Amino acid sequence: MNERRQFCTFWMGQRLYGMPVEEVQEVIREQAMTRVPLAGSMVRGLINLRGKIVTAIDLRKGLGLGDQGAKGPLMNVVVSSEEQVVSFLVDAIGDVLDVEEESFEQIPDTLQGQARQLVGGVYKLGDGLLHVLDSEKCSQLSEA
Amino acid sequence: MSDEIVREFLVESNENLDLLDRELVKLEKDPSNRDTLSSIFRTIHTIKGTCGFLGFGKLESVAHAGENLLSLLRDGAIGLSPERTTALLSLVDAVRQMLGSIESQANEGERDDGALIETLKKLQKDPEKLDALELKTATEVNRAPEPPAVEPPEKKEEAPEPPKPLGRILVEQGTVTPEDVAYAVQKQLEGDSRSIGEILLERGLVKSQDLLAAVQTQQQQAAKSAVSESSIRVDVVLLDRLMNLVGELVLARNQILQHTQGVQDAVLMASGQRLNLITSELQEGVMKTRMQPIGNIWSKFPRTVRDVAMSCGKEVRIEMEGKETDLDKTIIEAIKDPLTHLVRNSVDHGIETPELRKSAGKSPEGLLLLRAYHEGGQVNIEIRDDGAGLNTEKIKKKAVQRRLITVEQAARMREHEACNLIFLPGFSTAEAVTNVSGRGVGMDVVKTNIEKIGGTVEVQTRAGAGTTVKMKIPLTLAIIPALLVTSGGERFAIPQVNLLELVRIEEQNVAKALELVQGAPVYRLRGQLLPLVHLNEQLKLENSNSGEDAGVNIIVLQADGRQFGLVVDQVNDTEEIVVKPLNKQLKTIRAFAGATILGDGRVALILDVRGLALSAGLVDTRQEREAAAAQSEERAEQSAEGKQSLLVFENKEGGRMAIELSMVARLEEFARESVEKTGEREVVQYRGQIMPLIHVTELLGGDAILGEEMQKNTPMQVVVYADEGRNVGLVVEQILDIVEETLVLQQPAKRAGVRGTMVIQKKVTDLLDVRELVRLSGGAGPAQLAGEAHE
Repeated sequence: MNERRQFCTFWMGQRLYGMPVEEVQEVIREQAMTRVPLAGSMVRGLINLRGKIVTAIDLRKGLGLGDQGAKGPLMNVVVSSEEQVVSFLVDAIGDVLDVEEESFEQIPDTLQGQARQLVGGVYKLGDGLLHVLDSEKCSQLSEA
Repeated sequence: MSDEIVREFLVESNENLDLLDRELVKLEKDPSNRDTLSSIFRTIHTIKGTCGFLGFGKLESVAHAGENLLSLLRDGAIGLSPERTTALLSLVDAVRQMLGSIESQANEGERDDGALIETLKKLQKDPEKLDALELKTATEVNRAPEPPAVEPPEKKEEAPEPPKPLGRILVEQGTVTPEDVAYAVQKQLEGDSRSIGEILLERGLVKSQDLLAAVQTQQQQAAKSAVSESSIRVDVVLLDRLMNLVGELVLARNQILQHTQGVQDAVLMASGQRLNLITSELQEGVMKTRMQPIGNIWSKFPRTVRDVAMSCGKEVRIEMEGKETDLDKTIIEAIKDPLTHLVRNSVDHGIETPELRKSAGKSPEGLLLLRAYHEGGQVNIEIRDDGAGLNTEKIKKKAVQRRLITVEQAARMREHEACNLIFLPGFSTAEAVTNVSGRGVGMDVVKTNIEKIGGTVEVQTRAGAGTTVKMKIPLTLAIIPALLVTSGGERFAIPQVNLLELVRIEEQNVAKALELVQGAPVYRLRGQLLPLVHLNEQLKLENSNSGEDAGVNIIVLQADGRQFGLVVDQVNDTEEIVVKPLNKQLKTIRAFAGATILGDGRVALILDVRGLALSAGLVDTRQEREAAAAQSEERAEQSAEGKQSLLVFENKEGGRMAIELSMVARLEEFARESVEKTGEREVVQYRGQIMPLIHVTELLGGDAILGEEMQKNTPMQVVVYADEGRNVGLVVEQILDIVEETLVLQQPAKRAGVRGTMVIQKKVTDLLDVRELVRLSGGAGPAQLAGEAHE
C-alpha cells in the first residue's frame, strides 16, 4: 500500500504543480524565444533546444491564471513524449517530491473549465496540495 | 531458422534482382558477353541455393528452371532470343513478387508459376529448332564447343569466379567428406532436382548449422565478388542523427568563434581556427554520406524501356549521361516515380513506331537520352526523346475540350506555353488509354511531386524532332539557400527557389509607385500589375517599422505559376539554412514551411510561399478553376451524350445569350477604329478577308445604349462564325463562359434569330440561331454569304 511516486514540481503563482518525473526531460532557464504568428494564444514561441526546435507553451494561460507580471524570467519544463518535445513555461521550479499514492484525490467537481482537463488530480502534502498535470493534454494546448 | 537470416536473404536478393534486370538487358544487347552471362548465372544460382535451404520451395523451383536455361545459354548450347530474355525477366519479376510476400507475410504467397516454369523449360529444350529461328546468334552457337545437352547446374568447376560450390566449402570446413559431395552430385546427375545441401541434409551427412554457415560463407563470397569490399550498409536514421549533430556543432563553432574574437588568447584563437576547419570538413563529409548517384534509380530504366517498347512494338535505345551526379537520398526517393513516369511516357507517346520513323527518314530505333548535370547549386535532369514531338494544336484543343483553358486563351497561347498545358490536372493526350500511361494521373502528378521538393519541370518540343522534359532539382532538402527578412521585429526565411527578384522603392517614390485596385495594393513591375501582400498584415504582426524607414521593400515571389510581391520591413541577407520540421500542432498554419536555427542560435520561421499566397487569396482562383474544370470534366464524362458545348455571352442590356461552340471558329478582339463601312454594312479586315459584322443586340431589337466614348475606347468582342470558309463576326458585349449543356429549350422562340430559351447556369439564356441571324441582318453581302452556304 505504500506505493510512492516522484513528481517534478513547479510553481505558478502560489500554487504548486507537478508532472511525473519520468516525463520531464529537463528543466532549463528562460531561452530566447521566437514568436509564431497566427498560432494559438497558448503558444509563446519556439526555442532552440540544442538544435531541436521546441514549442513553448504558456501554462499560466492554459490554466487560466492570467499573466505572471514582471517577476523575473520564466523557467522551461521540457517534456518529451514519443511524438514530440514541448516546453512548458512556469514561474519557478520546486523540488522533486516523493509522494504516497494514498494521498491522491480526484479533483473536486466544482472545478470547471479548461483546467479540469489539464489537472489530473491532487496529492495532499503536509503543507498544501500538489496539482498533477496531464502533460499530454497540456501539449495539446498549442492546437488552439 | 531465424528472422535475421531471412531478412539478410531478402536484402541481398533484392539487390541481386536489380542487378539481374540490368544485366539481362545488357546481355540482350550483347549476347556474346560471357562475363555478363556468368554473372547472371551466379546470381540466380545464389538465390536458388539460399531459398532451397530456407525452405521456400516454390521460389526454388522457379529459380531452378531459370538456372537450367541459363546454364545452357552459358555453355553456348542455345542462343539468347527475345523470348528467352522475356522469360528470364518474368522469372526475375516472379522472384521479386515472392520475396515481397515473404517480407510481408513470411510466405511465398498463393501463386502458380507452372506456366512460367513450363515456358522456361520449353525454351531450354528443342535448341535446334530455336536456333534455326535465330540467325543472329547462330555464329555464337557454332563457335562454342558442343556441351552435354543437359548439364547439372551444380557443376561449378566452370564458374570462372567465386562463389565456390557449396560442396567445396563444406569439405574445406571439414564437415563432410569429398565422397559425400560426390554422392550428392551423382544424385543430381541422376535427376534429383534438389540442391546439394538438401541431399546432404536428408542423408544426415551434415548438420543444419554447418550447412547454414557454409551457405553464409558462400553468400559472402558472392557478395564480395559483386560489391566492393570497402562499403557497408548504414541505417539512414543514424545518418540523419549525425546530420543533426553536425548542425549543432556548426552552431557551437559559430558561437565560439564569435567569442574568441574578443579574447586576446593566441592558444584559444588557434584552437578556434582548427575547430572551424574540422567542423566544416565534418559537415561536408556527413552531407556526402547522404548523397547517392542518380545512376541508382536510372539503372532500372533499361528494363522499363525494354518492357514498354516491346509492349507497344517500338524499338528504343536508352543512353545515359551523368550517371554519377549526386543527389540527397530523400530527393532521389522523391524523383524516382516522376522520372519513371516520364520515361514510360517518352517511350509510349514520344517515340514513334519503327515504320513511322522510317517514313519520316529517321532510324527505326528511337533514342531516349537521360542527362544529369550540376548547374548553379542545382541538379538538372533531362529526359530527351527523338520522337514526333508534341502536337501543340492538339494539346490546345484538348485543353479547351477539358475546359482547362478558354478558347480565347488557347488562341493567344504561344507554342511553349501550350506544351506546358500537359502538366494541368486532368489532362492526358493519349487517345486511347494504354496500360502504360494515360491513366489520368499523369504529368500533373509529376509536376506536383517535383514542386514539392522545390524543383521545377518544363517541357520543350520540336515537331518531328522530339521532346525534352527538363527538371531542376535542389541538391538537398535538408539545407536550402534562403533569404532572411525582418517583419514586425521577427526574422523569417524565404526559400530562394520561390524568389524572383527584390524591388526597393525609396520613400519619395512610394506614393506614386504603389497603386490600389479597388483597395487592393498593386505595384507596376515593368508594366505588369503585381499584387502586393504585406507580410505584417498576413501574419498579424504589429507595424514596427513605420518610423525610420519609409521606403518599401518588395520581394517578388512565385508560387503555382502566380507572381506576387511580398512587402517586408527589412531585407537582411541570404543564408544556407537547415530546415527543421515544426511541432505537429503548428503544422496547420499554412504560412510556414518549417523553422530553422540561425547563426546566432535563434529560431526563425521559414515562410511557405505557396501557403502565404493561398491565405492571401492569390491562388484560390486558380485552384477553384481547376476544381471546377475537374468537376465539369467528370460531368462531361458521366453524361457526355446529348450535351453540347455552348458559348455564353452577354448582350448590352445584360441579357444572356448562347450559341453552339461548334459554330464558333475563333474569338477575336477588334479595335473600334478598325471597323470600316461598305454601304450600310460594318466590316473589318480579317485574315485577308472582308468580314461583315453583326451587332447581335441591335439586330434582336435592343438599343445601343453605350455612349460613343465608351465604344471608342474598349475593343469589340467578336465571335467569328465560319460557314463554308466564310467568316461573319458577331459583335457581343462580353463573353462569359463555355458550358456543357443538354439542349432542352424551355420556351420556343418568340423572336426571329432566337431558337428558344433555356436555363444555363441557373440563368435564363437565349439560344441564338446564327444562320437566321445572319439572314436577318439583311443587306446584300453578308446575308447572301451565309445564306448561300445555308441553302
